[in-house]
Amino acid sequence: MSAAFLQFALLLAIMTALVVPVGNWLYTVFAGERHTAPERLTYALIGINADERMGWQRYGLVMVMSNLVMLLLAYLLIRLQGLLPWNPAGLSSQSPDLAWNTVVSFLTNTNWQAYSGEQSLSYFSQMAVITTFMFTSAATGFAGAAAFMRGLAGKNGADLGNFWVDFTRIIYRVFLPICFVLALVFVWQGMPQTLNPYATATTLEGATQTIALGPVASLESIKHIGTNGGGFFSMNAAHPFENPTPLTNALHILSMLLLPSSLTYAFGRLISNTRQGWVIFGGMLVMFVGFLLTLYSFEQAGNPILSKLGAEQTISATQAGGNMEGKEVRFGIAQTALFATTTTAATTGSVDSMHDSYTGMGGFVPMLQMMLNNVFGGKGVGFINFVQYLILSVFIAGLMVGRTPEFLGKKIEAREIKLVMLAVLAHPLSILGFTALAVALPEPLKSLNNSGPHGFSEILYAYTSGTANNGSAFAGLSANTPFYNLTIGLAMLVGRYLTLLPMLAVAGLLASKRRVPLSSGTLPTDTLLFGALSVFIILIVGALTFLPALTLGPVADHLQMVYP
Amino acid sequence: MTLPDPFYREKITTAQTATPLPRLLLSALLAALLFTVLCGLVYPLLTTAVAGALFPSQAGGSLIVQGGRTVGSAVLGQNFTAPNYLHGRPSMTNKTDGSGPAPYNAENSGASNWGATNPKLHDSVQQQLAAFRKENGLSDVAPVPIDAVTASASGLDPDVSLATALLQVNRIAQARGLQPAEVEQVIRSHLINRQLGVLGEARVNVLSVNLALDALQ
Repeated sequence: MSAAFLQFALLLAIMTALVVPVGNWLYTVFAGERHTAPERLTYALIGINADERMGWQRYGLVMVMSNLVMLLLAYLLIRLQGLLPWNPAGLSSQSPDLAWNTVVSFLTNTNWQAYSGEQSLSYFSQMAVITTFMFTSAATGFAGAAAFMRGLAGKNGADLGNFWVDFTRIIYRVFLPICFVLALVFVWQGMPQTLNPYATATTLEGATQTIALGPVASLESIKHIGTNGGGFFSMNAAHPFENPTPLTNALHILSMLLLPSSLTYAFGRLISNTRQGWVIFGGMLVMFVGFLLTLYSFEQAGNPILSKLGAEQTISATQAGGNMEGKEVRFGIAQTALFATTTTAATTGSVDSMHDSYTGMGGFVPMLQMMLNNVFGGKGVGFINFVQYLILSVFIAGLMVGRTPEFLGKKIEAREIKLVMLAVLAHPLSILGFTALAVALPEPLKSLNNSGPHGFSEILYAYTSGTANNGSAFAGLSANTPFYNLTIGLAMLVGRYLTLLPMLAVAGLLASKRRVPLSSGTLPTDTLLFGALSVFIILIVGALTFLPALTLGPVADHLQMVYP
Repeated sequence: MTLPDPFYREKITTAQTATPLPRLLLSALLAALLFTVLCGLVYPLLTTAVAGALFPSQAGGSLIVQGGRTVGSAVLGQNFTAPNYLHGRPSMTNKTDGSGPAPYNAENSGASNWGATNPKLHDSVQQQLAAFRKENGLSDVAPVPIDAVTASASGLDPDVSLATALLQVNRIAQARGLQPAEVEQVIRSHLINRQLGVLGEARVNVLSVNLALDALQ
C-alpha cells in the first residue's frame, strides 16, 4: 500500500515540478517573434507567408484544409501498403472501411485501433503513416489550443496567430527533440528499434517462437509526448516490447502528462495571470487524484468471485495481489492504476492493461474521465474543454448573483454561451446516441465478448473513447466490422471538430470584444473558490448527463460481482 | 479604459487578402509530404541508426543467442510446460492466423478481455487453479497467487511473482534431481526488485531462471 502511494506521490511531484520550466518553454513557442532557420526554410518550401495574421475563421479553415489533405495522403499510403517498401512480413493492405477508420482515428489523434499492428501494418506504414500522424495530429491540437489561448488573452484583437507557424514550431521545437532523446532511453531499457524482419527463436522446450519486431521506440516516444496512444503491437503498452520495465512505464506516464499540465502555466503567462493557470492546474489535479485513488482501491481489492475459488489476491511480501486478469506482473496494480488514470485523463488511449477485465467500478473511472474529457486532457483539447466549463461556471455563477458574466475581462453573452453549449452537448449526444443505436440493432451486438451489463459497457466505452478522441478500448468488443468502423469513425470526427471549431469561434468572438474594467461586480476567476466551483460544475454536468448510462453499465456490473 | 497594446496588429487576413483556395491546398499538400518525410522517415530512420549503434542488442529485440541458436528475447515470456522448468503465467494469445490458442505467440499479442463477472473467466481460473495445484503437489484448497491463474494483458508477460515461483520449487527440484534449496537459491538470486527502489513490483523473470537452471547441470 505505502509503496503504491509513494509511487503516486513521486510521479505527481515530478510532473508538478516540470510545469513551470516546460510551461515557460511552451510560452516562448507560442509567443516568440523570431523564426529559426529550419522554420523559415519550411515556410519557403511549402509556400506560405509566416507573417500572415489569421482571424478565427481563417485559422479554422487552414487547419481543416491541412488535415483534409493529410487524411487523403494517408489513406492512399495505407491502401497501397502492398506495393511500398519495408514490408518484411509481406502484409497486405487494409480493407477500405478499416483503412477509413484507421486514418480518421490517427488524424483526430484518437488512435482507436480496429486492427492489430503486428498483423496488419508494414514497417513503412508504421513509420510514414502512423508515426507521422502522431506528430501532425498532436501538433494540430496544440496549434488549436495556442490560437484559443491567444483569443482569450485578446492582446492582438481578432488575430489568433498563424496555423502554419504554430504547427511547425511545435513539431520542431518541442516534439522532435524530446522524442528523439526519449526513444533512445526507451531502447536502452529494452524497446526494439530495427528494420530487421521478425526474428525466429527456438525456445528452451524446443518450440518455435516468431518474434514481431520493428521501429518501435521512435513510435512509442511520440505516442505519449503527443498523447496519441496507438500501439505498435496489438496489446499496446502492455506488450513488453512497448513497455519493458517499470521505468519505461513511469516515463510513458510522465510523457503523457508533461505537455497538458504545462499548458496551464503557458496559458497563465499568455494572459499575464499565472494564478489563473494554477487554478486550472489545481482543478485538474484534484480530479485526477480522486479518480486515481478510486481506480486503485477497486482494482487492488480484487475480484471476490476469484477469491472464493481460492485465488490469493492480498498484498504480501512475495506478491502484489489485486485483480490481475489482463495485467502485467512488472507493473502490479499501482503502476497500472496510474497508467489507466493518466491515459484516460490525458486523452491518450494507450493501455498497459486490459480495461475490459477491470472490476465494474475500476472500469467506471476511465469511462467517466473520458466523458468529462478535461482532466489535463491531451494536446490542448482537454485544456480547451476545461475552459469551456470555466465559461459555463462563470455563466451559471452570473445567473445566481444576477450579473452579466465576464471571463478574463470580456463579457460572456448569448452567442458565446450558445457555442459553448454546442460543444458541451455534441459530446454526450455522440456518445449516448451512437451507443443507443448500436444496442438497438441486432448486428452490432454480435461483436460482444461479454454479456449483460459488462457487454453494454463495452459498447458505451467504445463510443466514449471514440468521441473523446481517446482510443483506448474495452478490447473484447470485435470492433472491426463495417458498422463499428463507420460509426466510431463518425464519433471521432464529431468529438474532434465539434469541440475545436466552436471553441475557436468563442475565442475569436471574445478576442474582438472590448475589455471591460474590473468592478466590484466582477467574479474573480483566479481564486480557490472559483476553482472549486468549476470542479463541481464539471462533476455535476458530467454526472447528470452520463450517470444513467454508467449505472446500466459499470455500476450494475460491479454490483453483480460483489453480490453474484 | 484599456490601453492600446504595443503588439496590436491591424493586418488580419480578410477574404480579399487571403491566399486563394487552390494555393492553400497546394501548401497543404506540400506540408503533408514534407512532414511525412521528416517525421515518418527521417526521424525514425535516424533513431534506428543511432539506437543501433548505441544499444545494438536492445534495438534488435534483446535476443538471447546460445551456441548460435536464438532461444528467445530477454524481455518476452515463452511457453513452459515441462516439469523441470519454472512456468510463467497463463497466456491467451492465438495462432497467427487466429485459428486457435497458441500461448506466448510473440507475433500476435492478446488477452482474454473477460470482464470480472464473465463466467468464462471464472471457469478458466478454476481450471488453472486445479492444474497448478495438481502439478505442484498442493492440496485442493491451498490458496494460489492470483498471477499464477490469470492471463496477462500482453500474453507475453515474462515475469511471475516470487510467491508463484516459490510454489514450484519442489516440482522443479524433483524433476531435475536437485535439492529444493538449490532451486530456491536460483530463483531468489533472479528476483528483480522494484526499479530504483520504488517503481513497479518485485518479480522473477521466468526465462532467466530457466536458463540459469539449465546452466547448473
